[in-house]
Amino acid sequence: MKLLDQTRHFLSLTHSQGIARRYFVVNGFDGALAMLGLVMGFYVTGDASLEVAITACMGGAIALGVSGLSSAYISEAAERRRDLRSLEEAMAGESLQNSSHGRAARLVPVYVASVNGLAPFVTALLIIAPLWMARWGVVLPFSPFLAAAGTATFLLFFYGVYLGVVSGTFWLWSGVRTLFIAAATAGLILLLRF
Amino acid sequence: MARLRYIVLDVLKPHQPGGVEFAGALADHLGDCSVRLEVEERDEKTESVTVEVAGPDIDFDAVTARINEMGGSVHSVDEVEVDPGVEES
Repeated sequence: MKLLDQTRHFLSLTHSQGIARRYFVVNGFDGALAMLGLVMGFYVTGDASLEVAITACMGGAIALGVSGLSSAYISEAAERRRDLRSLEEAMAGESLQNSSHGRAARLVPVYVASVNGLAPFVTALLIIAPLWMARWGVVLPFSPFLAAAGTATFLLFFYGVYLGVVSGTFWLWSGVRTLFIAAATAGLILLLRF
Repeated sequence: MARLRYIVLDVLKPHQPGGVEFAGALADHLGDCSVRLEVEERDEKTESVTVEVAGPDIDFDAVTARINEMGGSVHSVDEVEVDPGVEES
């Protein structure tokens, strides 16, 4: 609980609560749509092996995670350093490196980068879980690729609902909107069959 | 040894943590002292505040260390009240 309180305190000091929330949704959404595209692409081919699909999807998940982690850390660290320097100037040149502000400037980028990297990575892992289950011999009622696509669709709906709750708009309408985006993406990919 | 009973400090601090959190954190750190904070001036990123600390035996180093830790800077000590210590026989 102390770590959670400290994280909240540092996010408050640097006004970063909104940033972390935005990164969670944006990159989680990216991860879900990218995986939806991949699994639908494999489904459309008709004869893709599970091993190939799992390897390709895991590669994508790792790439999304590393990209999210590194890009967010580099940009957030630069922003926090800039803000700290600006605050030190306003404080008549006093160094704030050993204060809460200095610690926040060093730790908040790590937290935000973790959210930005983990959101798409964990989302991707959840989506390809049906592929793993089928690979391990679990009998699914329908194609593992369709099951994975269904999981992606559900997660996209979840991100929409979350956005609706956070913004104070009607959660169901917000979820349906992202559901429509998922359906449009899947529909466009299905056109590849023709 | 003389005991510090009351001090008034001129402090420059960032807006965050806010006055309530700043004073509360200082009081929690000192334990048996009361803290009063008054904002004198405010600009875009900082505010000048007057911090009054009262207690039976104030640890001045602890006060300044906690203020620095919260990003504040003690610019001056404006008032001091000290009690003479009781000599042990």
